[in-house]
Amino acid sequence: MSTDAPSTTEEVAETEGTGAEPGRRRSRTRTIAIVLAPLVLFALLLASGLGKDPRALPSELIGKPAPGFSLPRLDTDGTISSKDLAGQVVVVNFWASWCLPCRQEHDDLRAAWDRYRERGVVVLGVLFEDTPEGAMSFRQELGGDWPIADDPGSKTAIAYGVFGVPETFVIAPDGTVAAKTTGAVTYDWLTDEIEAALRKGNVE
Amino acid sequence: MPALVGTISLALALALALYGATAAIVGVRTGRPRVLESARTAAYSLLALVVVANLAMLAALLANDFSLTYVSLNSSRATPTFFKVLALWSADEGSLLLWNLVLAGYLAAVAFRFRRSRPETFPWALAVMFGVSAFYLLLVLGPTTPFATLATAPADGRGPLPLLQNHPLMAAHPPMLYLGFIGFTVPFAFAIAALITGRVSDAWMRITRRWTIAAWIFLTIGLTLGALWSYSVLGWGGYWAWDPVENVALLPWLMGTAFLHSVMVQERRGMLKIWNLSLIVGTFALTVLGTFLTRGSILASVHTFAESIVGPLYLVFLTIVLLGGFGLIAWRRESLLGEATFDTPLSRESVFLGNNVLLLVLTFTVLVGTIYPLLAEAVTNRKVSVGSPFFNRNTAPVALLLLFLMGIGPLLPWRAASLSAVLRRLQVPLWVAAAVAALLAIAGAGAAAVVVFGLAAFVAAATISEMVRGVRAQRRAHGVSVGAATRAAVSRNHRLYGGLVVHLGLIVAVVGVSWAALSDRSSEVSAARGEIVHAQGYDLRFDGLSARDEPQRRVLVANLTVLDPESGDVVVRLHPSLNLYPASSEPIGTPSIRIGTPFNGMVDLYASLVTVENGSRATFRFFVNPGIGLLWVGGLVMALGGVVAAWPGRPKAAGVPGTEPTSERREEVHV
Amino acid sequence: MSGRARSVALIVGAVVVVGLAALFASARAGRTESLADRAHEIAAGLRCPVCLNLSVADSPSRLAGEMRSEIATRLRAGESPERIRAFFIDRYGEWILLEPPRRGLNWIPWAVPVVALAAGVAIWIAVIRRPETGLQEPG
Repeated sequence: MSTDAPSTTEEVAETEGTGAEPGRRRSRTRTIAIVLAPLVLFALLLASGLGKDPRALPSELIGKPAPGFSLPRLDTDGTISSKDLAGQVVVVNFWASWCLPCRQEHDDLRAAWDRYRERGVVVLGVLFEDTPEGAMSFRQELGGDWPIADDPGSKTAIAYGVFGVPETFVIAPDGTVAAKTTGAVTYDWLTDEIEAALRKGNVE
Repeated sequence: MPALVGTISLALALALALYGATAAIVGVRTGRPRVLESARTAAYSLLALVVVANLAMLAALLANDFSLTYVSLNSSRATPTFFKVLALWSADEGSLLLWNLVLAGYLAAVAFRFRRSRPETFPWALAVMFGVSAFYLLLVLGPTTPFATLATAPADGRGPLPLLQNHPLMAAHPPMLYLGFIGFTVPFAFAIAALITGRVSDAWMRITRRWTIAAWIFLTIGLTLGALWSYSVLGWGGYWAWDPVENVALLPWLMGTAFLHSVMVQERRGMLKIWNLSLIVGTFALTVLGTFLTRGSILASVHTFAESIVGPLYLVFLTIVLLGGFGLIAWRRESLLGEATFDTPLSRESVFLGNNVLLLVLTFTVLVGTIYPLLAEAVTNRKVSVGSPFFNRNTAPVALLLLFLMGIGPLLPWRAASLSAVLRRLQVPLWVAAAVAALLAIAGAGAAAVVVFGLAAFVAAATISEMVRGVRAQRRAHGVSVGAATRAAVSRNHRLYGGLVVHLGLIVAVVGVSWAALSDRSSEVSAARGEIVHAQGYDLRFDGLSARDEPQRRVLVANLTVLDPESGDVVVRLHPSLNLYPASSEPIGTPSIRIGTPFNGMVDLYASLVTVENGSRATFRFFVNPGIGLLWVGGLVMALGGVVAAWPGRPKAAGVPGTEPTSERREEVHV
Repeated sequence: MSGRARSVALIVGAVVVVGLAALFASARAGRTESLADRAHEIAAGLRCPVCLNLSVADSPSRLAGEMRSEIATRLRAGESPERIRAFFIDRYGEWILLEPPRRGLNWIPWAVPVVALAAGVAIWIAVIRRPETGLQEPG
């Protein structure tokens, strides 16, 4: 029932198939080439996708004026606004207490803040999709004394094109967005970008 | 210990896979049956070893052995036992273990099935399956092995991703999908074997017919469960987001369905040989592509388990499959030319060809839409998205055309049809459609509803009329009861009746999908405790929150009472919840659903909890979803139809392709 | 041939009924779009930045909810849908649109389904008509 009943077609086809004349061999090669070319291209296309982080989106805002904001402070009373910070290098760090990488980058932020706070650099933590209670307990647990603010309605997050936390923006003294990164920042990245922004400010 | 046991078993399995492939080839080429036998035995041993590896991982999970990286990342002490077991395949590396298990199972099953009857293609098919096994074993032993260990074991694990431990459906969805995907390896292996040996007539298809149908059934169930999971767990009110991972699971189903139809044309008329071989190579390649896209971290989607570097390995394998498969077909081109022609556009073969073409158009559209963001980024270095609007708009018209073909296909006989006969058979279904369309229009439905449901009525009526025709023929021939006649008709032609049942199931699902899509009713409402808000024709009263602490999470349950606005009676009490997991991220919502049944108008009432403020005010999303239940019923009926189609029946006349089985010819006469 | 003529007439009649019903139904539907509908339409074309691959209209996430209210606010203020879309594109890039704008390379996803269907029909016709040469199977 499941045995192969060899039929005349197959036997004839086999003998015909092996003894191809040169002409037929050339056309067979061409057929094979035509069939395989798009497959090879397809494979190359897929390969181009490797090594690209699917979640890393370049920021639209680089080089453009940073969106303004006026946000209620979480660590003290009052608000903090972009106007207050004009002329300084501002590191805007979007974070949340439930975000694991935010814990990982916390020390790097603190180190950068300590190094540059006297040099006209402000680190501002903007809370994303979180409660003030959660934010304060995060602060209590991990420390840090740079200004933190709430973002009601996520308007600032939307204005900055944030799609997850943590995201960090470095704003130059002239108010344009100099750099952006997604994921936990490192001390090295922070110092590089802050230095570059400071240089830009000095030149002008 | 489990890591050692697991790794050694897998390494031995890999060695056996390589041995088995070699032995099968050597055995058949040098004519030494004992060597071939040893390859068969190797298949059984390979299965045993992979089972051991899986058990080792299971043991590590149950014993809280956090020295394994995988266990520490995907399980924790607080995780319930059921979800610890599920953790075996809930993440990338572990699911690869399950994949190997299913593959080894199929390999052993093939070795067992053909232990006595040995088609010429068997040794090569076995070799191909060993080769595929070797690749996946290499993957599981490679850079992302689940048996990697940590130098110091943490005290507790991180626990599974919250979304993956929210619902027991996770249990069945991946295994069903894998049984489906991997099942297509069998016809693929035999197709390659047929090409290599030159035995390219129908034998390879007939041998693997039931395996292919089984794979299709599993894939159908897997896809239905996936949609069910998306609907009842993810909480966005929908069931299919055209997410890249959903799409790559759909692609082999589309091409596999095309294949199942066109093999019937080859079996009866000896045509479309190149077509069928290409289809099965393509279907298998799509299963490899599917796993590649979900693991190579190329496309961001709901299923991004982890970033892994196994992408290049997959790519090489996929290239080998494509180049090898199509290369062999091109090589054997002359012996694949068909023996017959299409007599006329008005025949079942032509409709089947049309079905194939449309399914391939769908496959191609979905594939391009899924891959396009990659292409765009490679060329322009900017990211774009291709999402639901694109897919819905481009698949709907083709799907409707397909539905129409599904209706008229069974009405047309093989070879030529006389126009009068066809016209006669078309009348009743068309008038049923007209009646439904008119009724809907009078009842105030929109144009789209009239067209879609009219078409669905046509197909349903046509399908049922075909079933009735066969049963009636039996009654006339033998004068038996309806029940006996049905049994006789079905047993004479499982494939036809199974197929008709599948079509009915698909129609039911389509009706459900269209009904839900055409009445998009949802609202986002915010209410204080005790407050009643009006939404989508119902009154909703927020009755407060309650919290529940479970070992692995904290559950915040909102009590939402749905009231009939006129009578004030309680329609249903819904309990959407937010689940807070300690280790990570935002709360995950679980929706609460009142399932639609024929007694309440087939309407699902669906609520999900979005946010809670101060414990006394909550924001909900409330959906009124008609017809969703039909989607699950339809999927189930399709699977059952597949079972009927694959059911062992009378042995057909021993294999000269091109002749119709006598039972069918008799049916054709009773027009 | 009156049998066949009658069949044809009945079939044509059925099709006409369906067509008329559809026309009737579409003529009756003339809804004015409320603000909520327009907001929903815009939201359905934007991709939720946070939860992968869902539209802003569908997404249960908090950010999507806030984007939805942002859209509604802007519509109430009289902004056009294009302006609102541009607002989001300026911040998130074209990625935020669920369908790529029809420019340059992005013609591909628009054209492919149509071309594929046309090619499919052409293939169907060609295969139906082609006399397949080859060796005849006995029987």
